Amino acid sequence: MKRSERVDRGINVRSEGIYAISSLKEILYLAGPRMALVLILFLLPVVLDSVPYWKRVVNIMLVYSLLAISFDFLANYVGLVCLGCSFFVGVGGYTSAILNSYLHVPIYLSIPLASVLGAVICTLLLLPCLWLRGVYFAIITLMYPLLLTRVIEALNIFGGTNGISGIESLPGNDLENYIIIVVMLAILFGLRRFVNQDIGLVMRGVKDNDQSIRASGINVTWIKTQAVFIASLIGCFAGSYLVHLYIWAGLSLFALDFSIIPIAAVTIGGSGFLIGAVVGSFILVPLSEFLRFFGSFRIVIYCVVLTLFIVFKSEGIMMYISRRYHQFERWVDV
Amino acid sequence: MIILSAENISKTFKGLKALDSVSFQVEEGEVYGIIGPNGSGKTTLINCITGFIRHEKGKVFFRDKNITKLPPHKIARMGITRTFQIMRPYFSLPAYKNLVIPLWGPRARKLGGWRGGGKHGDRDTVAIDILEEIGFERDSRVPYKLASTLPTGYLKRLELARCIAMRPEVILCDEIFSGLSVGEIGGLIPLLEKLKLEGVTIIMVEHRLRELFKVADRVMALQFGEKIAEGKPYDVIEDSRVREAYLGSDEV
Amino acid sequence: MDILVYGTINSIILALMSLGFTLVYSISRLPNFAHGALYIATGYTVWMLLNSLELSYPLAILIGILGTAASGALIYRFALIRVRGMEISEVIASYAIGLAIIEGLRWGGLRGSTFTLPSFMSGSITFFDVSIDYQRLIIMVTGFAVFVMLYLFTRFTKTGLAFRGIAQDERASMMLGIDSDFTAILSLAIGSGLAGLSAVILLPLGNIVVETGYNVLIFSIAVSIIGGLGSWSGVVVASFIIGFAQILTEVFLSSHYQMVVALLAIIVTLLIKPSGIMGKQKELEERV
Ligand SMILES: Nc1ncnc2c1ncn2[C@@H]1O[C@H](COP(=O)(O)OP(=O)(O)O)[C@@H](O)[C@H]1O
Ligand SMILES: [Mg+2]
Repeated sequence: MKRSERVDRGINVRSEGIYAISSLKEILYLAGPRMALVLILFLLPVVLDSVPYWKRVVNIMLVYSLLAISFDFLANYVGLVCLGCSFFVGVGGYTSAILNSYLHVPIYLSIPLASVLGAVICTLLLLPCLWLRGVYFAIITLMYPLLLTRVIEALNIFGGTNGISGIESLPGNDLENYIIIVVMLAILFGLRRFVNQDIGLVMRGVKDNDQSIRASGINVTWIKTQAVFIASLIGCFAGSYLVHLYIWAGLSLFALDFSIIPIAAVTIGGSGFLIGAVVGSFILVPLSEFLRFFGSFRIVIYCVVLTLFIVFKSEGIMMYISRRYHQFERWVDV
Repeated sequence: MIILSAENISKTFKGLKALDSVSFQVEEGEVYGIIGPNGSGKTTLINCITGFIRHEKGKVFFRDKNITKLPPHKIARMGITRTFQIMRPYFSLPAYKNLVIPLWGPRARKLGGWRGGGKHGDRDTVAIDILEEIGFERDSRVPYKLASTLPTGYLKRLELARCIAMRPEVILCDEIFSGLSVGEIGGLIPLLEKLKLEGVTIIMVEHRLRELFKVADRVMALQFGEKIAEGKPYDVIEDSRVREAYLGSDEV
Repeated sequence: MDILVYGTINSIILALMSLGFTLVYSISRLPNFAHGALYIATGYTVWMLLNSLELSYPLAILIGILGTAASGALIYRFALIRVRGMEISEVIASYAIGLAIIEGLRWGGLRGSTFTLPSFMSGSITFFDVSIDYQRLIIMVTGFAVFVMLYLFTRFTKTGLAFRGIAQDERASMMLGIDSDFTAILSLAIGSGLAGLSAVILLPLGNIVVETGYNVLIFSIAVSIIGGLGSWSGVVVASFIIGFAQILTEVFLSSHYQMVVALLAIIVTLLIKPSGIMGKQKELEERV
């Protein structure tokens, strides 16, 4: 009789952060996937040079990657499930629009400024809810983008339903691409480092059980505040980038797409290791371009896929790939 | 000198009196035991002292400082640490990373962790030192295993290790002996004695009276949330009300 | 007087909308985020039955409600049952199912022309100088009837008692041999049926539009959070609070603020007392 057996590929490199690299091959084994990602991303604008439409899709894809990273970080490293990522997008976007269009802050200042300012605003608004757990936090974050939409509508501020126009556009096509590529990569690798630092450990501890964190003399709310700030910084950057990409800010920044697609992306890509979020967005966003023709039916497809992945407790595509990468199967006699 | 004193602590859960005006004082450097049948309010008492739940009446003093209304993390920062009866390790982290968290905390960063280690140095190494001290074999793979894969005996000790890492002045242990084998307890008792020698005050809630009495200087007995006796271990156990409370229980 | 009468009607409407959501939560601890979708789907089904198959109105209504109840049960049986107990997955899965239904309707059905269900009875009566149309009167009567029936059901029938048992202490009930999955299916069926029922009697007041699905979901979440998740008396109290608050804002500010009031109420409640007005603080107080 034969049965299949999984064997770790290679080497001593996988034992908890201790790397004993001895050959070029091992270095490649470790760094290969990362290099590939970087390389592919940097080449994309060049390859797609003749189809500006798809270059734009790449931008959108990266924006969603950022949102998905932000969701994944909050949900799986801190334990705060935020069902309203569009809240970050909206706040960041509107802040940038106001800075740029109303106050005439130049674009290279308005994006970073809006990211930070927006993140501060988001964090302050979410601060009172941080002590809530589980579903309660999820529900309240679902409400926030809706609330802001209705408030803007009702008070007719910031252009009301018409939105804010007259926003400076991003410079030249290639730069537009590379800004978001570089930022996304920096955030991805930076955050992966961060979660393995001691402070990152504390955040993971908060997810596991906040009582022990309290018993260790650490203020849980403060840790959560920092985490929310990081997540909203990422989200607000995405929002403000989008606003400059579309040269328009409006209520659609708070739209459902920005909340549901990142969640779907993380679920499909594999939750809990950030890169899954990126992979998920790389699959979903181009897919949705192909489905553009179906209009709102796209959301139906996302939702069905999302439900299937959640209901069947799938580990996600990335998890599968990485297992394949690190282990190989062989048939052995028993 | 009295390090911790509780005055008339009362706590009710929906009409049920879990604690009824309990007072006690603990001397610095002593091992103080709290015994009582199940549901007599021992865990609740620890929760009230460490701020994890709010009690309605009564005050808690730590070296003359009123710590009654403080949130748990502030109380912990002063050096009053606790273990949980239902163990609460960080299941998704390796055992030694469980200790990195308290070592990262403000108290350990200011004073250094246990024996001053890890203040600016490498928290991972200090964590492994502490684990070795508490009986995780350094050269085995146990300290590197995920907490979710460890058996109860190790988890109980990990709870204690988490307290020790913070360089505490008072440790409140909630039934750390339960679920351990006699051999494992035998390994812990010298450690507790060593802590005591280093000047740490230990308050132990315990069911295993025989083991408790080996280390305890004084003992208090609770029943239905009321304090029914206090004194030297073997005097308390002679007390008629304590005997009555434990009647039928084979632990005495 | 206007305010009093319309406030009451509005409150009963809210209570009816959210009753199904609360019922499901109180019995099976499932936040059914597909509630609003089921509501609007019933409206659309009934409209289709009326206009495409040209069934009689009562028959269409009956089929619509039963169909919704069945779909609720199916959603549990084939999807939610697998994520039971994982709070966040429950929320995301049911929300995704709800979104799929709503957006599916937007894409496939509710487009172009306006869709309306006819009133049961036209005309109106005058009541202390306030004129009320019959449809609203029917709503009030149905509202009362539903609450009375639920009350009787949970006190005097075996299934109802089992429901109450589960709502109070799931583990103990399971030890007594109450099948938790079966009651959950039943509760989802009844909860969805209630969503259908309220859709059928409320929708004739206006057009069937997709956004209603979202609004109903938000209102039911608002009502049940403010009342205390899973508390039935809380539903009534919270409906009256929000109902009157909305009418008051409509009179003194403008109707734009209706939703803002509901959302703010949720946020304020969650911040001050997350267990809600009548909640039992069960979820939040953790044993340490
Ligand atoms: N969070 C809580 N909610 C309601 N009742 C509680 C809670 N915690 C403890 N109790 C009750 O208080 C009493 C004392 O419990 P506890 O302090 O855990 O006892 P012990 O630790 O001595 O076994 C018990 O009757 C228990 O049921
Ligand atoms: Mg106890």
